Amino acid sequence: MRAETRIGFILLLTPLVLWLGLLIVIPHIDMALISLRERISFGVYEPSLAQYEKALTEPLYLRTFGRTAVMSVLATAITLLVAFPVAYYIAKMAKGRLQQVLFLLCLIPFYVSELVRTFGWMILLRETGLISSLMQWVGLADQPVEMLYNDAAMMVGLVYTSMLFMVVPLVTTLESLDDSVIEAGYDLGGNGWSVLREIIIPHAMPGVVSGCIVVFMLSLGNYLTPTMLGGKDSLWFTEMIYNQFIVRSNWELGAAFGFMLLVLSSAIVWGMLRLTGRTLQETMG
Amino acid sequence: MTPDLAPDLAPDLECVDLVKRFGDTTAVDNVSFTVPPGSFFSILGPSGCGKTTIMRMIAGFLEPTSGDIRIKGGSVLDVAPNKRPVNMVFQHLALFPMMTIAENIGYGLRRRGLPKDQITRKVGEALERIGLPGIGGRKVDELSGGQKQRVAIARCMVLEPDVLLLDEPLGALDLKLREHMKVELKALQAAFDTTFVYITHDQSEALVMSDQIAVMNHGRFEQVGTGQDLYYRPDTPFVAGFIGDSNRWTGRVERTEGEAIEMRTDSGLVMRASGAGLKAGDRAEIFVRPESIRLASSAEALSVFDNRLQGTVTSILFNGAASRILVEDGVGETLEVTLPQSGEFAALKRGDAVHIGWGSVQGTCFGRIA
Amino acid sequence: MIPTIPQSRAFRLAYGGYVALFFLYLALPLTVVAVFAFNDSQFPSLPWEGFTWNWFFGNERPQIGVFHERGILRAVGTSVLVAGCVAVLSVCVGTTNAFLFNRYEFRGKGLLYVLMLLPLVIPGIVLGISILLFSSTLANGIWDMAEIDVQAFRPGLLLVVLGQFSFITTIATLVISARLQKFDRTLEEAALNLGATRLTAVRTITLPFLAPAMIGAVVVAFLMSFENFNTTLMLVGSDAPLTIAMFDRLKEGSTPLLNAVSLLLMLGSSLLALVVILFQRRS
Repeated sequence: MRAETRIGFILLLTPLVLWLGLLIVIPHIDMALISLRERISFGVYEPSLAQYEKALTEPLYLRTFGRTAVMSVLATAITLLVAFPVAYYIAKMAKGRLQQVLFLLCLIPFYVSELVRTFGWMILLRETGLISSLMQWVGLADQPVEMLYNDAAMMVGLVYTSMLFMVVPLVTTLESLDDSVIEAGYDLGGNGWSVLREIIIPHAMPGVVSGCIVVFMLSLGNYLTPTMLGGKDSLWFTEMIYNQFIVRSNWELGAAFGFMLLVLSSAIVWGMLRLTGRTLQETMG
Repeated sequence: MTPDLAPDLAPDLECVDLVKRFGDTTAVDNVSFTVPPGSFFSILGPSGCGKTTIMRMIAGFLEPTSGDIRIKGGSVLDVAPNKRPVNMVFQHLALFPMMTIAENIGYGLRRRGLPKDQITRKVGEALERIGLPGIGGRKVDELSGGQKQRVAIARCMVLEPDVLLLDEPLGALDLKLREHMKVELKALQAAFDTTFVYITHDQSEALVMSDQIAVMNHGRFEQVGTGQDLYYRPDTPFVAGFIGDSNRWTGRVERTEGEAIEMRTDSGLVMRASGAGLKAGDRAEIFVRPESIRLASSAEALSVFDNRLQGTVTSILFNGAASRILVEDGVGETLEVTLPQSGEFAALKRGDAVHIGWGSVQGTCFGRIA
Repeated sequence: MIPTIPQSRAFRLAYGGYVALFFLYLALPLTVVAVFAFNDSQFPSLPWEGFTWNWFFGNERPQIGVFHERGILRAVGTSVLVAGCVAVLSVCVGTTNAFLFNRYEFRGKGLLYVLMLLPLVIPGIVLGISILLFSSTLANGIWDMAEIDVQAFRPGLLLVVLGQFSFITTIATLVISARLQKFDRTLEEAALNLGATRLTAVRTITLPFLAPAMIGAVVVAFLMSFENFNTTLMLVGSDAPLTIAMFDRLKEGSTPLLNAVSLLLMLGSSLLALVVILFQRRS
């Protein structure tokens, strides 16, 4: 029996170890190693910090890196602000059928490829797009207005694309808040603002944290939206990575960029978890 | 009843012609009552009778369709729930899980903008009062059911409300703790000297704790009175049936003489009981409590009673002091009879022949509609 | 701020209006994509030139419909192949993972669990490049040692499948674990007690119980793979899955053909999603 348990254990452990080892752990170690070398001549490499030196001294790289981080934080904050009232409405104000329908309506757009969603925004925002035409028709503009290829358009797209990952955890945690707890808050003299601050938001915190982590990750790692909606000047770090790999074939620098992105995202996720005293298991599992 | 009474003479809580309709259903149907200061008032009724609706209207979470709610003489209909001088202990307590015990109790005080040191002092006093000093730093889920109960009450009592509403707060506790909390709640009410309005479907909770009980059914108050009133002098068949156990017979009234009534049951027995407003030929129902029935081994011992039956014991339901026996009478009906614990019937067993009897005043008779 | 707390009419109206606006925001891009699939013009934009089915069924230039456009059809085929492989693989591994974490206590379990969650917090593009780098390190190593060029380790469908599998497995594991946690172990013990072997008990009792979660995970994995972009972008070779093929065309300028493909995608994925939701509600 013991031997049987042991065999079962090993059989179950093997795929997990193969998956994590071969596809996650070793590739990332390999990426780290590649980022720590310099190409001397064809097929000859030497350990060096040159890639990071380049990345950290070249103003364009550094600016892009910082900008991506700040804009991702901003996109996360906007998504949270936009999503919270809606999630609260679905979880606490809407009842029965309406609640289910609204929740489903939130889910449906995200079963559709991000590419399609971005394409939709392009049709809406570009010079010959719907909003531009509408503005001319109403009389707000006398010539076509280009609304694509700027930070605002990119932000609209980023917020749109990650919305689901904020709404769903928020709805789930808010739903678990008993109505009577809110009523008790009012009954003891609280008003809308204090109940929100002292009862609803603290209760929703786990959902806020997991929503923010996922949205931040998705924004940081997004390639499509900055490229299509932000245009040439979007300066998104993932574009840098893509360019180094595919256009310049400078894999060493690309690997260094990749590693920097990974460190940045890990640092912010870790910081967010620390700040709220939660663990990754609680937040993701 | 007059709203222009001086405030200190006005009842703490007064509901006047309260009506609440949800669509076509009337949850609360023209209910009026007053609760004098410092008393323990219970609303007792089966689930769905409308008692929670009344309580939520008093707390301000529901708006009455018509009628008025007055606290200390003044109408509170236009007062938002967070401004009403009533506080509520919720069914599942609704303690704030994201706060410590002290933060929970201090919540309402913070809302009033009290300075920090005063809040700390008042919270400490409240914890002292409920017998849990020093637990202020703990989390809600570290407390036992009974402790949570007390914290929920303390959280309201620090605000010194005119009326404390309690919505079946003992429902979630196990039996033993519930028995204990009944006594404790009554003691807390006396200690705080505040008006409690308590709703429950558990008659024993209401009977043990209340000064006044309103029995509610289908949105109406059937009867308001003390526990003794309801138990011994029920006004309606619903009250007679809902509070305590009863043996019941339906039949047709044959004779009346003042309050005394003689009825022939559908099974053919002739019974004497008391009841008002009945006349010969009426359909009626008689209620007799198991403990009103006297058990004897011979018919002579029961000669003082005007209802006498003979039967056999079909089963003995031993339950300590509340033990009963089931007796099958001559026409095949089964009666519940309290088994005296004096030792006289210790040897009683299934199949024994027994005589039972009760006085006509112990039987309460109500007319039945059709 | 729940219906039982009285609120002013103005507040309720404003709140309702905000929520309505939000859903408009959600619906707008998808609606325009769908509508312009029927525009009888070379561009998916105003002016409206009239209604046509050509972008679906047309077979003459310049309006070649989806069902006659070789490139798109081949990309759909590639996507289905990739998504199918990823779905099957990740659900298999997800199931074994769920059993491992649910049934066994061992040293390092906590660490492994965190590792298992990590792919969710690694940006997709980084996952893509790390796998790209490692596979070429392997391929180069093999070439140096044996002068064999292992095509499989060069960008292409195998790497795309592996790349998507690497993070979709985490999701499958979470979905299946959630259901396995609800399983009453005494049912399995009852089966053993009635004479089943351990494996039979799992096969006849536990797996049927898990089936709804596994089917749900297959569909979710399929959809996620089908619409994945970031990881795929870094690993793709000459056979492009649909999202990459559409991206390439979009860069060159769009025609309503892309709207038509998008609309079909929306219909397809909504249908799949709906099937899963209905299926899960029933069980």
